[in-house]
Amino acid sequence: MGLGQTIRNSQLWKSIFRHPAPLDRRNRIVVMLTNFFLHLHPVSIKKQGIALSYTWCMGGVTFFLFLVETVTGVMLMFYYRPTTEWAYRDIMSLTDVTSLGIMRELHRWGAHAMVITVWLHMYRVFLTGSYKPPREFNWVVGVILLVLTLLLSFTGYLLPWDQLAIWAITVGSNMARATPILGHEGPGQQLLTLGGVDLITNMSDARYVLLGAREVSNETLNRFYVLHCIAIPLAVATLLAIHFWRVRKDGGISGPL
Amino acid sequence: MHGYDPAFQRAVSEFSGIYYLGAALMNAGAAYYLWQRLHKVRDALVWLAVALLFVVLAAIAQGGSPVGLPKGVQDTLNTIFTGNRGAVIFTVGTFAFLVFLYRFRTFFVRPRVAWTALNLALLYLGLSMTSRPFWEIVAKPDNIPIVALIFLLGFFTWLATYKAVQNDQRAREGLPPLEKEDSEKVLVWPDLVYTELICMLALTAILLFWAILIKAPLEQPASRADTPNPSKAPWYFLGLQEMLVYYDPWMAGVVLPTFIIIGLMALPYIDFNKLGNGYYTIEQRRFSYAMFQIGFLQLWVVLIILGTFLRGPNWNFFGPYEPWDAHKVLVLNNVNLSDYFWIDLMGTSLPKGGTVLGILKREWLGIVLLLGYLVLLPPILAATVFRKFFIKMGFIRYMIMVQLLLWMMLLPIKMVLRWTLNLKYIIAIPEWFFNF
Ligand code: HEM
Repeated sequence: MGLGQTIRNSQLWKSIFRHPAPLDRRNRIVVMLTNFFLHLHPVSIKKQGIALSYTWCMGGVTFFLFLVETVTGVMLMFYYRPTTEWAYRDIMSLTDVTSLGIMRELHRWGAHAMVITVWLHMYRVFLTGSYKPPREFNWVVGVILLVLTLLLSFTGYLLPWDQLAIWAITVGSNMARATPILGHEGPGQQLLTLGGVDLITNMSDARYVLLGAREVSNETLNRFYVLHCIAIPLAVATLLAIHFWRVRKDGGISGPL
Repeated sequence: MHGYDPAFQRAVSEFSGIYYLGAALMNAGAAYYLWQRLHKVRDALVWLAVALLFVVLAAIAQGGSPVGLPKGVQDTLNTIFTGNRGAVIFTVGTFAFLVFLYRFRTFFVRPRVAWTALNLALLYLGLSMTSRPFWEIVAKPDNIPIVALIFLLGFFTWLATYKAVQNDQRAREGLPPLEKEDSEKVLVWPDLVYTELICMLALTAILLFWAILIKAPLEQPASRADTPNPSKAPWYFLGLQEMLVYYDPWMAGVVLPTFIIIGLMALPYIDFNKLGNGYYTIEQRRFSYAMFQIGFLQLWVVLIILGTFLRGPNWNFFGPYEPWDAHKVLVLNNVNLSDYFWIDLMGTSLPKGGTVLGILKREWLGIVLLLGYLVLLPPILAATVFRKFFIKMGFIRYMIMVQLLLWMMLLPIKMVLRWTLNLKYIIAIPEWFFNF
């Protein structure tokens, strides 16, 4: 008996994987059904559904990038404090001192790449008409994922607290000032009044809610940090579960009838 | 403008050397594939020659002075694409180009033609990199993803169109789409699981390579006192920032993004066409195809490219090889529709806007035009060009579709009005922060 076989026959191995190695047809089917990570997939699939030239693998690539971002992001969190006093210095020392400095590069380029691949994924889904019945709702879930992906990127942009960061976020969030009715420089702003007092001022409008202050500041940094590291990732993870579940329930990858 | 800078020269030579070598390898690979697999010796020789050409370019670059785009060509391109007119030519030009590609798609999808186009694009990019202003924008770490996006979109659009053209041809011959040929079932282990594994490994390698090669930027610490010029939003929002040229922030930053999201979500419910589900085709869904491409490629991606590479200080438009000069002043004398009406046409001054009635009187023409566009046009369209749609979709779905399309088309309409008439606002009510 070879070493590999000895390991595969050990009690430890069997307790984890619950079945022999996927070397024959029967076990290749069993592995898909009994492994937690693999059971996302069906057991068998139409050849066209796995053709790279059909799906471009872009949904899968986006998901993989999301995982990369999660892992590298957690590593960065060990070294980063979201206050105006420390944020910039922590990023600085990450590049100079910490031996895990490359995590920052991986995280940043991974984020750019994820924005690109999510667009390409949507493009592919459109071009194959895969949003048509019965997959309409999964497309809607996808659109929310797309928006959340952009927001993840946007909130993360502020965290290094350098010039690039605050001015990009300032330009982006200035728009909120002009939200109709809810922004203090938006059309219809004067509609919300109580006893002659304006309810929508620069201390209470949509921009203030977004920034936690009248301008991009310490409060904003904290707010964006929580959004970036906890709130949005949790929402994305939940929606991803639904998205993948629906891919299966809607009959697997689309194809000609 | 810029004197001789040895550091810049070294960076460009180094980059060009590796870059051209990569292009050479790519062509050599294609030649090998054609020769070994497809036994097309003559084609293989052509691409081998192209590979050799790139090797020569790489060698010259390694020597320290890479071949650049001739100064004359750079200057000509700069004079064509400069100032306010540059933005017009760029926007209209890209649209015409996309329409041209679409119209002659059966020609452009041929692998030989597409490969030639790719080589030309690579060559153009390589030659342009020797221009310092071009280099400084394109090689900026945060802009590299956009260059990647352009090539990726080019490639995938080609791939999808290639398959769509084939499927459309097959449909005319009464054959099912190509995807149908592959409906045989296979086991996910190993066929899919291994593909995924290889994809993950390749991607990890690419990311590591990218991360080692290019440092993430970190500028000076944040400072309220020191506003950079230009201040740009992150690149994926530059389409919205570009819309600020034509709209006030409440439109560009709030209303239009909301409509984009709602419109995307509504798409599956308003596209009632049952054909083209699960395979690539263009002819079976021309209308939705064209609308999506106008929205995505032209009004989103092209505007991002414009905003990233061609908008400089004060959001002025700069030619691709033009240094960003913060003191360049472009005269903008945009005029409101109400000015045109009262001052130029009626020869009086603007009516006083103190009261609601006064404001309505001042802006009546714009209000009537906008309401006419949004309220009267839908039924007119339903009775004419969109007749079939209206009958098939029913009132509510038709109205939603038409409103989304009309709002989308408002952007190009406003662009054209700005370029031709210097029109600033159709409705200008600064009293209520309502400028349209
Ligand atoms: C975080 C972002 C997203 C992830 C990780 C993701 C992941 C995936 C994966 C892994 C698949 C399986 C097929 C494939 O790889 O192409 C899939 C399918 C699908 N996705 Fe997404 N997706 C995302 C965003 C989107 C967006 C933005 C849309 C559309 C607006 C979308 C719509 C769909 C639809 C309709 C399907 C079914 C396609 C078919 O059956 O051919 N997804 N997604």
